[in-house]
Amino acid sequence: MAKKITLNMITQRSVEEGVGIVKGKMTPDYFEACSIIEMHDDDVKALGLVPNQLVRVTSECGDVIVKAVKGRQALYPGLAFIPQGVYANQIVPARTQATGEPQYSGFPVTVEPAPVGERRKSTLELVQRAVGMWKGDQ
Amino acid sequence: MAKKIENVGCPFCGVCCDDLVVTVSDDGKKILEVENACIIGSTVFHRAMEDRHALPRLRQPDGTYKEISYDEAIDYTAKVLQKAKKPLIYGFGSTNCEGMAAAAKVAEKAGAVIDNCASICHGSSFLAIFDNGYPSCTLGETKNRADVIVYWGANPAHAHPRHMSRYSIFPRGFFTGKGHKGRKIIVIDPRHTDTAQVADIHLQVKQGHDYDLFDAFRTVLRGHDIPDEVAGVKKEKIVEAVEILKKARFGTIFYGMGLCHSDGRNHNVDIAISLTRDLNDFTKWTIMAMRGHYNITGPGAVWSWQYGFPYCLDLTKRDIAHMNPGETSSVDLAMRDEVDAFINIGTDAAAHFPIEPVKHLRKHPWITIDPHPTMATEISDLHIPVGIVGVEVPGIVYRMDNVPIQYRKVIDAPDGVLNDEELFERIYQRLCELEAEDAAKTPAKTTPEGVRAGE
Amino acid sequence: MSELLIKNGFVFDPLQGIKGDRMDIAIKDGKIVETNTLSSPSVIDAAGMTVMAGGVDVHSHVVGPKVNVGRLFRPEDKLFKSPFKTCNRMEMGFSVPSTFKTGYDYARMGYSFVNEAAMPPLHSPHVHEEIRDTPIIDNAAMPVFGNNWFTLEYLKNNEIENNAAYTAWLLRATRGFAIKVVNPGGTEAWGWGLNCDNIHDPVPYFDITPAKIITGLIETNEFLGLPHSVHLHCNNLGNPGNYTDTLDSLRLAEGYTPKNNFGRDQVMHITHVQFSSYGGDSWKNIDSQAKTIMDYVNSHDNITVDMGQVTLDETTTMTADGPFEHHLQSLNNLKWVNTDVALETAAGVVPYVYSPNVKVSTIQWAIGLEIALYSNDLMRTFITTDHPNAGPFTRYPRVIKWLMSRAARDETMKTFKWLNRTIESTTIDSIDRELTLYEIAQMTRAGPAKALGISNTYGGLAPGMDGNVAIYALNPENMPSNPDMIESAFSRCAYLVKDGIVAVKGGEIVAEPPKRTVWVDVKVPENAQVQRDIYEHFLRHYSVGVENYQLFDEHLHNPRVIEVDTTQ
Repeated sequence: MAKKITLNMITQRSVEEGVGIVKGKMTPDYFEACSIIEMHDDDVKALGLVPNQLVRVTSECGDVIVKAVKGRQALYPGLAFIPQGVYANQIVPARTQATGEPQYSGFPVTVEPAPVGERRKSTLELVQRAVGMWKGDQ
Repeated sequence: MAKKIENVGCPFCGVCCDDLVVTVSDDGKKILEVENACIIGSTVFHRAMEDRHALPRLRQPDGTYKEISYDEAIDYTAKVLQKAKKPLIYGFGSTNCEGMAAAAKVAEKAGAVIDNCASICHGSSFLAIFDNGYPSCTLGETKNRADVIVYWGANPAHAHPRHMSRYSIFPRGFFTGKGHKGRKIIVIDPRHTDTAQVADIHLQVKQGHDYDLFDAFRTVLRGHDIPDEVAGVKKEKIVEAVEILKKARFGTIFYGMGLCHSDGRNHNVDIAISLTRDLNDFTKWTIMAMRGHYNITGPGAVWSWQYGFPYCLDLTKRDIAHMNPGETSSVDLAMRDEVDAFINIGTDAAAHFPIEPVKHLRKHPWITIDPHPTMATEISDLHIPVGIVGVEVPGIVYRMDNVPIQYRKVIDAPDGVLNDEELFERIYQRLCELEAEDAAKTPAKTTPEGVRAGE
Repeated sequence: MSELLIKNGFVFDPLQGIKGDRMDIAIKDGKIVETNTLSSPSVIDAAGMTVMAGGVDVHSHVVGPKVNVGRLFRPEDKLFKSPFKTCNRMEMGFSVPSTFKTGYDYARMGYSFVNEAAMPPLHSPHVHEEIRDTPIIDNAAMPVFGNNWFTLEYLKNNEIENNAAYTAWLLRATRGFAIKVVNPGGTEAWGWGLNCDNIHDPVPYFDITPAKIITGLIETNEFLGLPHSVHLHCNNLGNPGNYTDTLDSLRLAEGYTPKNNFGRDQVMHITHVQFSSYGGDSWKNIDSQAKTIMDYVNSHDNITVDMGQVTLDETTTMTADGPFEHHLQSLNNLKWVNTDVALETAAGVVPYVYSPNVKVSTIQWAIGLEIALYSNDLMRTFITTDHPNAGPFTRYPRVIKWLMSRAARDETMKTFKWLNRTIESTTIDSIDRELTLYEIAQMTRAGPAKALGISNTYGGLAPGMDGNVAIYALNPENMPSNPDMIESAFSRCAYLVKDGIVAVKGGEIVAEPPKRTVWVDVKVPENAQVQRDIYEHFLRHYSVGVENYQLFDEHLHNPRVIEVDTTQ
């Protein structure tokens, strides 16, 4: 049975993501900076992941494939981090508690190893596909 | 011969460093070197010349873009605005105040909702300020006086790279000649961030429980007892931190998205302000929001003096402005399918909104105004390129402490490219023309006495 | 070009001593001219109406960062309090109106010049942006000096000449108009959460007394010969018993005489003196010392004052007196904004309700009116509400009504919950004086223009002055028996002519003639030490570069420069 755990997700800025957005969201810099997830070692172990393994992260409103990396900034067990941006926003709930601000931090997600054959999609594919404009598959 | 331009403001984050030195080619068209900027700021300048379009691009039925003239793009935009019942103009994190003022004029004429990135960022701070005020200071005060610095739910090492060296932790100011050595640094964050690395005390608060921890701080400050552990933090650590706050000569609490994006939103900020107010009964304390983009403070200033509201302005009633975040905020409007046209300016909503509201907005005409291709341009009906404020276009921007900084131009925009202010002024003119055409067609309502026609 | 003739009005122009004579006023190309120079003017029939110069406001917080935070943090000030749009732009807000509403409402009241009361120098680009968006009325803005580190250091060492050179530099850097002083020393002390309790209480670290700051700035002002005098918000403002501190401050001006080429006769303007005229020693026994203060002012003609009249509204207080606002929020427990501005000043903003049901409010109301009614010289006593501190400027017409009508005062006093206590603590009930239209013209035009040093351009109707004329539907020979008619006439003028263009007709805005920014450019000799001090402070202590601090020309809108040359 595939392992699956539930974590509390936060999505915030990283300096690599900052450099990525000014270089352009369709650049490799942005892709590598944003299509990642950081977790506590205990949670990585629980999932039995090897370094840089792809995982599927699913929230109440969607899922995204990202790469599990070991970050510099330590989290406590149960907390997970994806840099803000295109990848994080595939799963960020739009609920705003009537303030206008979506739930960018502190929403439950399940994390599991990505099924074989799944890949990290490009930013363009994610966004255009979401609005029905993606033509890359044809 | 290359020439050096000094005192250049950085068009990235709310720190608004104004000490950059940019070397440009003799013809004023190329940036050769950028000094004093952080890695992100320097990248902004170097990438300025890449990947640019000189003409607007209109989406064709086959999904590709075709170049059109500015006149055509302005006409298209004006007609979209005119036709829509409730258009939304959103963004403005990366433009100057002149552009924001011109955009508001367009929004008022068109009867649009106008909103800025604070809506998904520090909007909660505004809500808290409406309720509780904002005992703050300028960043120079912190530099010259502060001996205790708190970063709460903020990670300047990543989001505002020169904040700590220019204003808070490291600089030697007038009363702070010892610099870092004379200051105590407290970082409160669920992660051991790179900012926490330089802290004297790091309190690893349980995510989403900042309110509890603030409450504990206030309780201890008032001399009462608290449980052995609050929000994942041991009582001794809380008591120790509160003692430091209390003994400060001058302190500043910098807070960020950790408060605004988590459960509680404005309530987290509200209690942070209450803590600051409490501390002023003992000594001098100030609080400041770590505003993200270099001019995201700007629209809050401009629209406050124009309409009395900093964000989420519903001008669709046409005779008065109305603001009610939750109702008139961009994401909520999108989720309720209330807007029927979208202008994305100086931000990238397609990347930075959760994907759900993006899907809703895309059901209607979507126009993106941005110097570069972005996620938004890749799903837009129309992309109108503009000059980059702070690189190709001068103007006033507001730093995170509400201090206006006069930005300079260092190189020319690509030939023929308009700036945001010019673009909105021309959209405004076009709207006036369309209005006049309409009025000519339908023998219309008489203008009320005292109203001045046209501009 | 354009010619305009205003015929047969009752003209009140205290600058020329014209007291309601029936005469014509001619305007050509935006300037007042002799009536015989017009060839084919358009004509406004002002028969049976009162004609005055466009109003001049000596002290009002209308543009800049603290005004704007007052707008920003009070959505409730807009809700159900904003009129529907009738002009080019929406008009939002009551106590702190939007820039557009500010311009329109001043114009509707017949005003043409408003002096912004406090500009934090670091924020001058913000002030000028708001001036751009304030239609019709001309603006000037006074940078604050009383807590500026350069000023404190120079004055401590008696370096008047250096302080003058720095003052000239800062006026130019901010495109400012005059020397504003707010709680001298006390606001710097507020940087540490402290205050200067009286004018002899030294400033922490800088070790200079407020008294010395005030006299040093008077000397600086007269050394330079600026159009306006030192403009002082006194120490210990707003507290019971503070009238003795105010008298101490007033006495500092003794022995100083004005030196300027602008027709100004005072060396010190005490602003919103109502807030500084309190007796007693607590909120329980506060009483009016307006007569004591005005006795002093009446006998010293080198002083001018403005009222700071409480209008009994819900309003928004805002001042560079940081410690005062902190004190105020501890009294009313409402939301509180504070902004300390590095090296220069601070500001606080707190909403406040002046209620007819609150004893202190009604005593304050009486004190303000007593200030004007005890004045022997209304060319030195001006109408203000310290907008928006004691009430919004849109209540000036009501203040005029109270000043012109004992019956109107009585009518208002009837609504007081603590009427007897108010009467006991003040002398308002014993005053029958009713001011005349001529005296109102002194208080709202001629006097402030003279005190500001701009009476060659504003505040009068002599040939050569700006073509700014307000016409009110009031017949001095047949004044309305109902004083409310006075208020409505001054609220919505029959006409405002601004620079020769009819901007208001029948109380409605009909045109938006271009507005100006008035500033003072002082030429001083090169001063190497001051240049070095500026370089040092900006290098080490400021948070912006000196090149970016000084206002760029492109951010100054339609300037009118008043030049002062001290090198001659």
